Amino acid sequence: MRDLFRDAEHLFRLAGVFLALIVVFLVARAVLTPATFGVYGHYRGAALAEIRTRDIVFAGRAACLDCHDEINVVKKTAKHAGIGCEACHGPLEAHVADPSTVVPEKPDAKKLCLVCHSENLAKPRNFPQINPKEHADDDNCIKCHDPHAPLPVKG
Amino acid sequence: MDMEIGRREFLEKTGKYVMLFGAATKAWDFILAGTPEAAPDYDVTRHWWAFYIDIEKCIGCGNCVRACKAENNVIREPFYFRTWVERYHIAPPDLANLHDERLPTVDSPNGGYDGFPERYRDGDGSKSFFVPKMCNHCTDSPCTQVCPVGATFDSPDGVVLVDKTYCLGCRYCVQACPYGCRYIDPRVQTVDKCTLCYHRITKGLTTACCETCPTGARLLGDLKDPKDPLHELLRTQKVQVLKPYLATGAKLVYHGLDGAVR
Repeated sequence: MRDLFRDAEHLFRLAGVFLALIVVFLVARAVLTPATFGVYGHYRGAALAEIRTRDIVFAGRAACLDCHDEINVVKKTAKHAGIGCEACHGPLEAHVADPSTVVPEKPDAKKLCLVCHSENLAKPRNFPQINPKEHADDDNCIKCHDPHAPLPVKG
Repeated sequence: MDMEIGRREFLEKTGKYVMLFGAATKAWDFILAGTPEAAPDYDVTRHWWAFYIDIEKCIGCGNCVRACKAENNVIREPFYFRTWVERYHIAPPDLANLHDERLPTVDSPNGGYDGFPERYRDGDGSKSFFVPKMCNHCTDSPCTQVCPVGATFDSPDGVVLVDKTYCLGCRYCVQACPYGCRYIDPRVQTVDKCTLCYHRITKGLTTACCETCPTGARLLGDLKDPKDPLHELLRTQKVQVLKPYLATGAKLVYHGLDGAVR
């Protein structure tokens, strides 16, 4: 037996070096890999939770109705029933969070209505489109139409 | 006292300390991290998000583009969009050369952010329509396959997301996406894309673009929810995905998609 290992000391030393390198690699990998890497797949699992932490800007129509249900009474049977409040009034999560200090601006109907209802060939044919000059001689839309329930025209 | 230290002793001691320090750091990390997955009210395994766009309802108002930029703090300059709207215009056929391919004219001024000024005249036999575009949240997404560091990934609930702390900004995924849905955010030099408003949909809200679409042309759906109206739409409507020949498993489904759309 002793004869077998007589000239093998350098091999043991080499094996030791390899072993040490493997251990260093394993430790380094364990230290450098984020804790949640590989929980769901080849990525950092904690990223999902981090992406979720972004703040909401649009509150969603349900939040509006908590206080402004009187608008919904007008709107829910009208042509504009399907349109979310923030589609016209802009992002209002800040207003929901602090209703007294953050007061939303009233949209300018003359510009706002035309965002959707100006004539354009690429729009679906059945979508109501007008030329503001021909339709009302460039007058303000809300003179005749209630923006929440645009039809029938105000008496 | 002999202060000299031998080579063997030095290596032994250094090795020991390096390994002990490494192990201790790792252990400390585990203690700090606690239990992973901090989403008590949202179970990723119980959702599979998809998206439905009805081209026949899109009026090109640009509400989705503006809402997306506001919700996700997308840089306000042109060329940076998580969602945008294209206008397709297909000229009438030239009756003398009917075998010539008719290529559509596509324009998207500022991605549709400011709406679409009228460019075409009625009555010439042409066809035009709007096509909203965004990330297709592919089941077999080309972009996640090419990411060299695992910074972009398909989440367990079917959303293609980017881990910005991991992204190198190598642009490989920008080239890989066949739908052109990715861009490099010049503020941080990492890639950015539609997250399907992941911060909203995981809290029970819909996406910002769906929230503000006035005609209901956009619809977010959860295919793992048997009561989701998307199931009924997919069953009753003729639908198509973009570039089906690429077999990306796109989960953005279009209704009324014209063959000219690329």
